[in-house]
Amino acid sequence: MSAPVLDIRGLSVSLPKGADRPLAVEDVTFSVNAGELVCVVGESGSGKSVTAFAVMGLNPKRSLKAVAGEILLQGVDVLKQSTRGLRRLRGEKMAMIFQEPMTALNPVMKVGEQIAEMLEIHSDLGPAKRRARVLEAMRDVNLPEPQSLYHAYPHQLSGGQRQRIMIAMALTLEPALLIADEPTTALDVTTQAQILALIKDIQRRHGMAVLFITHDFGVVAEIADRVVVMRNGRVVEQGAAAEILTAPRDAYTQMLMAAVPSLTPPERPQPKPAPPALEVSGLNKVYGGGGWFGRGRQVHAAQDVELTVRPGETLGVVGESGSGKSTVARCVVRLVDPTSGIIRIGGADVARLGERRLRPHRRDIQIVFQDPYRSLNPRRTVGQSIVEGPMNFGMGATEALAKARELMTVVGLSPEALERFPHQFSGGQRQRLCIARALAMEPKVLIADEAVSALDVSVQAQVLDLLADVRARFDLAMLFITHDLRVAAQICDRIMVMRHGQVVEQGPTREVFGNPQHAYTRALLDAAPGRETRFASAVSCPPAPT
Amino acid sequence: MALAKSSGEDAVAPAPRQASVFGLAVANRGVLWGGALLAAMALIAAVGPFFTGDATALNPIQRLKPPSAELWFGSDFLGRDIFARVVAGARISLAVGVAVAVVSIAIGLLLGLVAGYIRALDAPVMRVMDGLMSIPGILLAIALVSLSGATLMTVIVAITVPEIPRVVRLVRAVVLTVREEPYVEAAIAAGTRTPLVMSRHILPNTIAPLIVQATYICGSAMLLEAILGFLGAGIPPEIPSWGNIMSEGRTYFQISPWIIFYPGIALAATVLAVNVMGDGLRDTLDPRIARKM
Repeated sequence: MSAPVLDIRGLSVSLPKGADRPLAVEDVTFSVNAGELVCVVGESGSGKSVTAFAVMGLNPKRSLKAVAGEILLQGVDVLKQSTRGLRRLRGEKMAMIFQEPMTALNPVMKVGEQIAEMLEIHSDLGPAKRRARVLEAMRDVNLPEPQSLYHAYPHQLSGGQRQRIMIAMALTLEPALLIADEPTTALDVTTQAQILALIKDIQRRHGMAVLFITHDFGVVAEIADRVVVMRNGRVVEQGAAAEILTAPRDAYTQMLMAAVPSLTPPERPQPKPAPPALEVSGLNKVYGGGGWFGRGRQVHAAQDVELTVRPGETLGVVGESGSGKSTVARCVVRLVDPTSGIIRIGGADVARLGERRLRPHRRDIQIVFQDPYRSLNPRRTVGQSIVEGPMNFGMGATEALAKARELMTVVGLSPEALERFPHQFSGGQRQRLCIARALAMEPKVLIADEAVSALDVSVQAQVLDLLADVRARFDLAMLFITHDLRVAAQICDRIMVMRHGQVVEQGPTREVFGNPQHAYTRALLDAAPGRETRFASAVSCPPAPT
Repeated sequence: MALAKSSGEDAVAPAPRQASVFGLAVANRGVLWGGALLAAMALIAAVGPFFTGDATALNPIQRLKPPSAELWFGSDFLGRDIFARVVAGARISLAVGVAVAVVSIAIGLLLGLVAGYIRALDAPVMRVMDGLMSIPGILLAIALVSLSGATLMTVIVAITVPEIPRVVRLVRAVVLTVREEPYVEAAIAAGTRTPLVMSRHILPNTIAPLIVQATYICGSAMLLEAILGFLGAGIPPEIPSWGNIMSEGRTYFQISPWIIFYPGIALAATVLAVNVMGDGLRDTLDPRIARKM
């Protein structure tokens, strides 16, 4: 076998003083061969991105310095290159695509010209030839009508198209190594499936070496030839994809695999017949159309949405971005005013109540948001945040605090931590705090708006367990908004699929997953990465005890 | 739970060492030097006039004398001691600067909160502010002074009014971003009344940019007061403000430049100190840096 395209040997990268560990990456050794796709997987803080950036020479020189080892790119040590040497290697020998295609492209430059710029810097082709090469590259990544897209600005393209442009840009110079840093994380699941297929296809056609950074085991199962698992800056395990995914040897890898929710919904007990806790009918929300001068553009974010949730039951609302699932959640909590429709909470219609008459109903419905870092006021202690709600409804400070201490135990945190500020907690802990804050109101309905989407897979499993636990314990009706079908399969009793503001399908989870009726539901399920892989010891969350 | 031990979910991070805002601010060179110079100027303004002679006493025998051991900054065309007048003028300048900053921030904060938080009032308030902003500041000041007569109060009002829209815009911008934060929405969902949401969750975010804005307003108000004085549309001429001293010295500039020179230096140094301090405060109070506290 010929020498690998990329050979990382004993790489160590230091962290600045005062960080939680001395080295961001410690003694990392792995290689990527031509025509091979290697996935580096790990949770946040595992050092996977630092490794990728070290290969590109993009780490900040002072704070993240390579202190040991070598990175050989076709035999040339990247770490020993001058700035000029590095610049030549980037683009010609290696190229990178990033997570956020909107910010990675220059918003004031036509996309065709951005691709052409690569050729302008790295080749001596004339303008006409450059243009021809750019159009060829755009055709190569399956962009429709390259001639007209050449003159488009990034904001005029969809997320998937922008990521295709990024890939075209990376490929124009036919590099030997392509580094992809979470390139599909910001994309919808159907777009993600297309981009993954494209990367795999291009890699095969050009015989390129691809280093693919991801946190998603579904993606790994979909495309990887080999897998490198990282944790706290070290490689814990590496090997062929099939081997790692089905029979991991390291305990950490086993734990990660076990935490990946299965796409097969478990058997769920029938919910007890009870009057619905939340009943929504004919809900509409139209954004825009106001303004002083004429009518603006209107967006029908929710159209005739109907749903009911009974106590102790979880209704999953799934859909891609812009499907209106968050709009429904925000209307139900009355953070935005619905344009029309009925929202009954415990029998009372709250859809059209003014703020004063709405307030007594507010405690019946609580919400947990996606971003744990912005959900708690950074200037207030978590104790103050948790007691705020009950005290709004007349509870005394001592009583509220006693209750907060009790809830801290329920969500698995120490009651002493009530004195702390949010920045002293990890993401998963903050999400637990948000759940405690919601529970403090003793709600009838709990809405989780992508509540586990920002969390690492192992933490996500714990928070899902906690949600299932509190739902059963407090007999909550739960509305679970998510784009992640794996999570939905495990936690929801019933599923509602939304697209363009409309409900396209609704039914028990097992039926929707097992026998989807609507074409869009089928497309969503088909696009779920790694759907055919059965992960090692994939355990599902236990069904809620009744 | 098997998963819990791997990520240490139950262990809460130890409290990091908290540096006070004050400590951080003093560590900044701009805040230190600007603050020190301002403090010195304030001290001079407070106690100086008790030690210098009478700033308004006429002494025709020693008219237009250059700086000397007895008359440190020389004398003007009526034989008044320029040093005594500059020291007395410091009171006026600092009073105008501080008063304008405090009043415009107070009014601007209130209007900005209302415009940013209550959607129905946003457009009306902001259109009025746009209107105010389209009037040139000096012109408005001259108009107000000539309408209601030249007093210290009129000058302060005249300088404050054009500053308010800038504060309103700043506060409104902060409120518009913060009101979308999930923690504000969580507070609303928890039934927190609007005034409490504003004071508890939104107002604290406006403090840092406002402190910085206040220093800039203070500096420009002192300049504007001097300009109005220089144009003869400011504080009554018998009161020795820096602008008035320079205005009167204008005629004698070629034969006795010190009449304009010394109040000019005092004005420039004070405004510079305020601005340097403002820059330093902006650096220390910047959220990206403050987050590391």
